[in-house]
Amino acid sequence: MNPAIAIHQASKQFGSLKAVDCVDLEIAQGEFFALLGPNGAGKTTLINLLSGLSRPDSGRLAIMGFDVSREYRKARRSVGVVPQELVFDPFFTVREVLEVQSGYFGISGNAAWIDEILARLDLSSKADTNMRALSGGMKRRVLVAQALVHKPPVIILDEPTAGVDVELRQALWEFIRSLNASGHTIVLTTHYLEEAEALCNRIAMLKAGKIVALDTTSNLLKSCKLRHVKLQIFPDRLPDALLPGLIGRESGYHVLNLDEFSDLESILETLRESGARITDMVLPHPDLEAVFVEIMRTQ
Amino acid sequence: MKGFYSLLYKEVVRFWKVGFQTVLSPLLSTMLYLLIFSHVLGDHVEAFPGVSYVSFLIPGLAMMALLQNAFANSSSSLIQSKITGNIIFLLLSPVSYPEIFLAYVLASTIRGVLVGCGIFLITLWAVDIPLRFPLWALVFALLGSFILGATGIVAGIWAEKFDQLASFQNFIIVPLTFLSGVFYSIHSLPPFWQKVSHLNPFFYLIDGFRYGFFGVSDISPYFSLLVVSICLAAVSLFTLGLLKSGYKLRN
Repeated sequence: MNPAIAIHQASKQFGSLKAVDCVDLEIAQGEFFALLGPNGAGKTTLINLLSGLSRPDSGRLAIMGFDVSREYRKARRSVGVVPQELVFDPFFTVREVLEVQSGYFGISGNAAWIDEILARLDLSSKADTNMRALSGGMKRRVLVAQALVHKPPVIILDEPTAGVDVELRQALWEFIRSLNASGHTIVLTTHYLEEAEALCNRIAMLKAGKIVALDTTSNLLKSCKLRHVKLQIFPDRLPDALLPGLIGRESGYHVLNLDEFSDLESILETLRESGARITDMVLPHPDLEAVFVEIMRTQ
Repeated sequence: MKGFYSLLYKEVVRFWKVGFQTVLSPLLSTMLYLLIFSHVLGDHVEAFPGVSYVSFLIPGLAMMALLQNAFANSSSSLIQSKITGNIIFLLLSPVSYPEIFLAYVLASTIRGVLVGCGIFLITLWAVDIPLRFPLWALVFALLGSFILGATGIVAGIWAEKFDQLASFQNFIIVPLTFLSGVFYSIHSLPPFWQKVSHLNPFFYLIDGFRYGFFGVSDISPYFSLLVVSICLAAVSLFTLGLLKSGYKLRN
């Protein structure tokens, strides 16, 4: 079975900036995959290379086994892209936009599927409304509908929840989850790392055009060395011996760095020896944000 | 071909939805030209023997409006799509670059011919214009629309803001159409300016188009056809090359 997405040594340079630098990546069919990275890391450029909006300087990219350059028609039929920018055609209604988009993909008589997408995205009542008259959230839903109009097996969402209210965000993820459950491959970029952690089974992190981490979400979380302990003590004065490990204060807690879990023993011992009493202790689990910060700092 | 039909449909519906601006407005401005020039010059100028100035003027004005509107259609649609960003929906689709070229050119042709026909319909009641060789008139009308539709694609791709597109239109397209013999026969010009006029491809379009009506022209319609065909081939190849390369579209 062909991978949903196969990228081999893809590079793209803008002037002296290497936006994508020799990237190798395979995403299997059916995955819910996150592409994370700070602004300017190369996520959108990589998506543009995959979707044909930009051409690579070197390397090969394929969607469902179809080369995005040589077999661009088949490759583009296999992918639906929800762009990051809130773009729309001000001349048309929602339904007209979806009918024209269906036509671009060679599909006629698509009314039943269009009605279904509109219903799933809670857009049915806006079907005959001009795009200009829609709110930002509604326009975002239409972008999702446009990406799905040709029933692509691979769906790429480039920061689809940026500036979207909580209600729509939850409805959108429910819909995308159901698409993934029915076999669609989902590739997602987002700055909301808790979304990626909750939704995606595998994650790639990009920095300066290179992939600096690629693993399952659970392995990435396990790999996090960035741990800390929060302590509330009485009297509220930290022994001098612990000051080098102090990260900061947070709501009355001393936040101390833990290189290893075993460091906790020596911290407790030092506190005992100094006569301090622990009134509360929190040992937070590392989340994807902590993993992300650590990887971006160390790579 | 379904992709091509969808894009053509979208482009035609787009200009039709703003018909006041894209069809009625050029009809009105052309009628004002006709009114003013025919009133001022009607009794003083005889461009062709036995042909009144008003009759001479109408095919020229119709062709000028046709050319300018064919250009405006593809160029304004493209730059609007680029600036608002919705060009992405076409670029993400499997529609090929020759299909994109054909759809934009044909939509421009439909708008250009619609405006041109509108001018004739409005003037029909007032002026008797012969139509000696309708096929010649039709061929030059279509070739003119194709050329300007394709040129509009080039301008729409090249321009990054409306100001640049307006410059293209005001400094290239408008002067070339005004100085192509719309309002006069080039035989009325001094020899130097007659030679300069022969370098203007729009002159051949208008002269050939006029031949279809009066059976009289400044130069042979066969020669005009040759020049216009070469221009069309050159502009088309250049435009197709731009679309294929993805210049300012896929980067």
